Amino acid sequence: MTAPSVVVLDYGSGNVHSAAKALEHAGARVELTADRDRVMAADGLLVPGVGAFAAVMSALQSVRGGELIERRLAGGRKVLGICVGMQVMFERGVERGADTEGLGEWPGVIEQLDADVLPHMGWNAVTPPDDSALFAGLADERFYFVHSYAARSWTLEGTARIAHPRVTWAHHGEQFVAAVENGPLSATQFHPEKSGEAGIRLLGNWLATL
Amino acid sequence: MDVVVRVIPCLDVAAGRVVKGVNFQGLRDAGDPVELAGRYYEQGADEITFLDVTATVEDRATMYETVTATAEQVFIPLTVGGGVRSAEDVSRLLGHGADKVGVNSAAIARPDLVGEIADRFGAQVCVLSLDVKRSPRTRSGFVVTTHGGRTETDRDALEWAAEAVERGAGELLVNSIDADGTKQGFDLELVTAMREISHVPVIASGGAGALEHFAPAVVAGADAVLAASVFHNGELTVGEVKGALQGAGIEVR
Repeated sequence: MTAPSVVVLDYGSGNVHSAAKALEHAGARVELTADRDRVMAADGLLVPGVGAFAAVMSALQSVRGGELIERRLAGGRKVLGICVGMQVMFERGVERGADTEGLGEWPGVIEQLDADVLPHMGWNAVTPPDDSALFAGLADERFYFVHSYAARSWTLEGTARIAHPRVTWAHHGEQFVAAVENGPLSATQFHPEKSGEAGIRLLGNWLATL
Repeated sequence: MDVVVRVIPCLDVAAGRVVKGVNFQGLRDAGDPVELAGRYYEQGADEITFLDVTATVEDRATMYETVTATAEQVFIPLTVGGGVRSAEDVSRLLGHGADKVGVNSAAIARPDLVGEIADRFGAQVCVLSLDVKRSPRTRSGFVVTTHGGRTETDRDALEWAAEAVERGAGELLVNSIDADGTKQGFDLELVTAMREISHVPVIASGGAGALEHFAPAVVAGADAVLAASVFHNGELTVGEVKGALQGAGIEVR
């Protein structure tokens, strides 16, 4: 079996090399690019994201990231968003009073967590659904989070034609969405590329779905 | 269930080698940073911190190589501090594989630096590193020092920490110069005082010498505990520290 190919979307967001190295470690052939043809051709697309929601959205749109993601999803091609790369999949992000439009793949708003200590920084437990593919064999592991904003609710339901989204929760001050698996689009609020061996195995689980 | 306390080995690096010293004086060679970081990763370290203790221009390039080589095999967060003077320095470190960057003296000299880093890269990238001494000269009894504790500033450590958080620092790395190298335990009053004025995570640093020193720091309010020499010398492993924390009823990874 040839290794699956993954493009890590290169749009100037933070530490993309870690994501690339972790994916390689998990068994992927990895390319760091925003080239349209390469992005469309890859088996999987990883969308990283670090920093403010508005800044990530604007950087993402400067490489027409929204359109690339939309096209891949329309064709059933897998996409994995990480951290703010997950947050921008929602309708809106509200940070420090700035209300920014997201990609709108999922209903919902990214808001500040109600917690005593922010950022939520460190290793936290997660509660995945039993049928999760991403967390197969990893339900008891902890993952590395670093964020102050999150999806504090989830409203999208499955229908007769659309499979029920698999939502994983975590808790810091309050419940929030730690990961979503929704057809070709998956995302994690935590950083699998910084979550040690558990993170590598989670990336391996995702690669196995490509 | 919530986020658990982090155990962070710190590697003081000079010219591409790990060094150790008491109260920042008399540095001695303690090994290869990439190799040591890999060992701590295996032991279950939750993060790794590199502190560039010389931060000369030549050493800076060596530091970038060290960070890159480490990030290729160690899949936990890496913080790099020492000699960071501008948002450009931060950009370069992130580009070489750092996840967070510690700022110290340059932020004291020019507090706007904290906001510049937070605005450009997010607060989570900006760790305010403080070298703190007890002093009757300030209101809180704690003063900020520079040059590894050799120079006292006029700034109250708690006031400076609060200001830096307000400006966008996402974490406080609080190093007690009085406790550093003594192996007599963390300065618990300092940890508690920092916890009380801050809503960002507090990393306790300086003074760890035995397993029983770690739990009290967590009880005092630390979100993470950092130590250097006890790990380099092989006196303690990260696993042993986590075992001791667990034994004290504190959850770890």
